[in-house]
Amino acid sequence: MAAALEAISRWAVPLLLAGIPLYALSRKVKVYPAFLEGAKEGFQVAVRIIPALVAVLVALGMLRASGALEALAALVGPAAAHLGVPPSALPMVLVRPLSGGAALGVVGDVLRSDGPDSYAGRLVSVMAGSTETTFYVLAVYMGSVGISRYRQALPAGLLADLAGFAASVVVVRALFG
Amino acid sequence: LLIVIRRRARGLIDADGMRPENSPDPGRTKRIDGMSLVWVLLVAASVAVAAATGRMDALTAAAVESAGRGVTLAIGLVGVMSLWLGLMRIAEEAGLVALLGRAARPLLALLFREVPPGHPAHGAIVMNVAANVLGLGNAATPFGLKAMAALEELNPHKGTATDAQALFCALNSASVQLVPATVIALRASAGARQPADILGATLLASACATAVALLAAKLLRRLYPAPAPAAPPEAR
Repeated sequence: MAAALEAISRWAVPLLLAGIPLYALSRKVKVYPAFLEGAKEGFQVAVRIIPALVAVLVALGMLRASGALEALAALVGPAAAHLGVPPSALPMVLVRPLSGGAALGVVGDVLRSDGPDSYAGRLVSVMAGSTETTFYVLAVYMGSVGISRYRQALPAGLLADLAGFAASVVVVRALFG
Repeated sequence: LLIVIRRRARGLIDADGMRPENSPDPGRTKRIDGMSLVWVLLVAASVAVAAATGRMDALTAAAVESAGRGVTLAIGLVGVMSLWLGLMRIAEEAGLVALLGRAARPLLALLFREVPPGHPAHGAIVMNVAANVLGLGNAATPFGLKAMAALEELNPHKGTATDAQALFCALNSASVQLVPATVIALRASAGARQPADILGATLLASACATAVALLAAKLLRRLYPAPAPAAPPEAR
């Protein structure tokens, strides 16, 4: 299992990088112009998340500098650590269902404080990649057809986030220790 | 607690500033949205703690420095995001979304059995899921909105989600993404040895999350009964 996941991690990006253009060429797609056309959006996507990143990084920077994160770590740290969640990863659990940009901000914050190859850095990376902005998705999709009673969709979406977090802890612990 | 969360959810938008076109302006609704609450709580608690620990100068410095870091971080993403979005445009033009959709169709038809076969909702659901798997957020949303509109035709109670709509939204609120490109970009710009080494782990974790989303949407439906067809309060 671990070997298979490792192989996926190693091969997925190169295979897609070579495979998609090759397949597209065989379908007579003008590959190069298509690439440039898509790549143009990279800048806009990055710029669009600046407000959310600034908002969250400022809040997290203040939380660290004030000593509030340490206090939080002392308060719920032992219990969270028991569950495999380091204190710096706690804000992720809080903001993930609410805002995708904020979740990326938490990832950026932890990657800087703990390092990208640390347990905490890998954990928040996997948490952010395996869950979605539940409240946003529901607001957009349900709102588009005027639905205000979501029924089981909200608990199902939040349970999915919870399952994603728990699975992230288990998998990252097993693969990276 | 769930009721409170549910009430909150209605006025919610993503803090990224993206808002569905026909949703009401959240700035004008009286409800406080979750992200506002969390953000204010974090900032206010920090100031309070800094006052107690006497670290006010450090707090101010951190706030100012972090704001600049938000911009550096975003700019650091541009390279990898451009590479990835370029590749995904190629995939789109080569018809890979449709190809993937064809592969997923039988499974999705099984999940959405209450939608009659041949109904246009099936096609939109399939394309939405395929676009999500490829990480094409911009392509997935229009298909998703189309799917919701098509499912709405089968909805006898306007304003209340059907089982199929709830299932579809639950599926979308669990991430089924092949390559988490933004996270990999963040890791690359933070100097990770192998930025993509979390890919396998992410895939497994998101598979778990998706399975729970589907299971919960199917199992919890009895706890959230649709209004009885006999005397719906909002009958016209």
